[in-house]
Amino acid sequence: MKKTRLTIRVKRAFGRVVEGEAVLSSEGFSPRYDLDRWSGVITRPGHELEGVNIRDKILFFPTAKGGIAAGWAFHDIKTKGIAPKALVFGVTNPVMVQGAVFAELTITEGWSRDPRTFIRTGDFVRVDPSAKTIELLKRA
Amino acid sequence: MRLTAEERAILAGARGEPVKRALELQLAVGRFYGAKRFVPVSNVHMMGDIEVMGDGGLEYLRHLAGQNARCEVAITTNARCFDFAHIERLGQDAGEAAKERKLIGYLQQMNVLTTDTCINYQTLYQPHFGERLAWGDTGTVIWANSVCGARTNFESGPAAMAAAMTRRVPEYGFHLDRHRKGTFVVEVAFQPEDYAEWGALAKLVGESHQSYYAVPVFTGIRRAPTADELKHLGAALASYGSMAMYHMIGVTPEAPTLAAALGGAKPQERMKVTRSHVERVFAGYGNADGSCNFVVFSGPQLSLLEMRRLADLFEGRRVHSGTTVLVTTSNGVLSAARALGCAQKLEAAGVTILEGVCVYILQNLTRMRAANGWTNMISNSAKIVNTITAHRFNTILRRTRDCVEIACTGVFR
Repeated sequence: MKKTRLTIRVKRAFGRVVEGEAVLSSEGFSPRYDLDRWSGVITRPGHELEGVNIRDKILFFPTAKGGIAAGWAFHDIKTKGIAPKALVFGVTNPVMVQGAVFAELTITEGWSRDPRTFIRTGDFVRVDPSAKTIELLKRA
Repeated sequence: MRLTAEERAILAGARGEPVKRALELQLAVGRFYGAKRFVPVSNVHMMGDIEVMGDGGLEYLRHLAGQNARCEVAITTNARCFDFAHIERLGQDAGEAAKERKLIGYLQQMNVLTTDTCINYQTLYQPHFGERLAWGDTGTVIWANSVCGARTNFESGPAAMAAAMTRRVPEYGFHLDRHRKGTFVVEVAFQPEDYAEWGALAKLVGESHQSYYAVPVFTGIRRAPTADELKHLGAALASYGSMAMYHMIGVTPEAPTLAAALGGAKPQERMKVTRSHVERVFAGYGNADGSCNFVVFSGPQLSLLEMRRLADLFEGRRVHSGTTVLVTTSNGVLSAARALGCAQKLEAAGVTILEGVCVYILQNLTRMRAANGWTNMISNSAKIVNTITAHRFNTILRRTRDCVEIACTGVFR
């Protein structure tokens, strides 16, 4: 029996198709305020993802926080080999988009339903920017 | 996007590889946002320092400079991560400092004015109503949009450089009328006095409405705020809320009335902020280990008027033994502060003044914190209380006078 895969639609997207392990947060994200850009670990004390390494992950954040720094920071962590595969935002800001474009990371904004209602951290997902979809491939 | 003949020529390589690449980046961003066209910009302000861009960014700049890339719109730089006069004292890395010098050289080669200030709007360039800009550092953006009625999005370092090379930006976000209208109303039921109170107000509003497209409309402010008060309000709103614009009725140019600020629409929400809300913000900071040996006046850099007020508060006093007090400002402000004697008063009290930097982006800050035994960072800037936390500081917001008292007595209050 063919199962219909769970899919959400995103409003805006850039980048290539990627598959990887999802990490979900209900807290926003800034690579300058929250991330140790040498290890790829989220180090802000009290951040919901404190201690999580973002390398090769597909990160889900409801919002972007602060800063202009992301424009360089994504390129920096990509050069260091510790970048995530994709950034999936509910609402983002232009710096995240400019930074992702500059670093050639996949990024999306807006979602047809809250991914936290059916994707859990550790699940395997595919982000397809040209189709503007995110698909749940495999449960953790 | 609709492209002009000139833009098509740029994409075909008519103005060289760097400009072509710059426009391609901008086109990708413009397409993401569904921008219909590019619009010209007349001033650019960029963030670029080795701490934020790393070796990859430095290599990018080296490559660009090697291709004879050149910025064609006046472009200035934001605060950086080294004050070269203080590298040893702060225990910063000489190798990284050498990279920073290289980086500055590349920028200058590409026609960038390395001014190293995050208060360009107070010291370098005052945009007019409706003027289109490409500014980076969120504090500068929210100032331009809100206080001047100029138009800019948050522009990251590479995006700002691209704008300076192509002389344009894609038209989306705060370049469009529809995003500039207030989305919710904040009734301020107290009169903020200290910068820290303006910052605490912004923290309450920003944290609870994190969105680039949220535009608060402040009502109830009964006196004309000073430039420095609006600076702290805006910087903290941008920091906690990722916000790029606010209105204040009767104060900011696109808010002569509440109806005008809202563009005739109904606000999505009304919130009220009282003095007791703000007092709870101040009471909410835990003093991790009881230490208070690190007090910071930074983020944004201090204006001359802030420098003078701080000099008056520190005059005739001494920073407590074992406590470090850092003040950051721009080259221009510092030279004026020296000419007027404010800088000497601060230094006589034992305050360290850093030029061209901001504390939260100082290179090597995490190790500096550990080496100096700084657990808590106490500041009157709500912005820096938020931004410095990736370096694992416990941060505490206090009013300016309290910061000075803590600095001079070593006693937490």
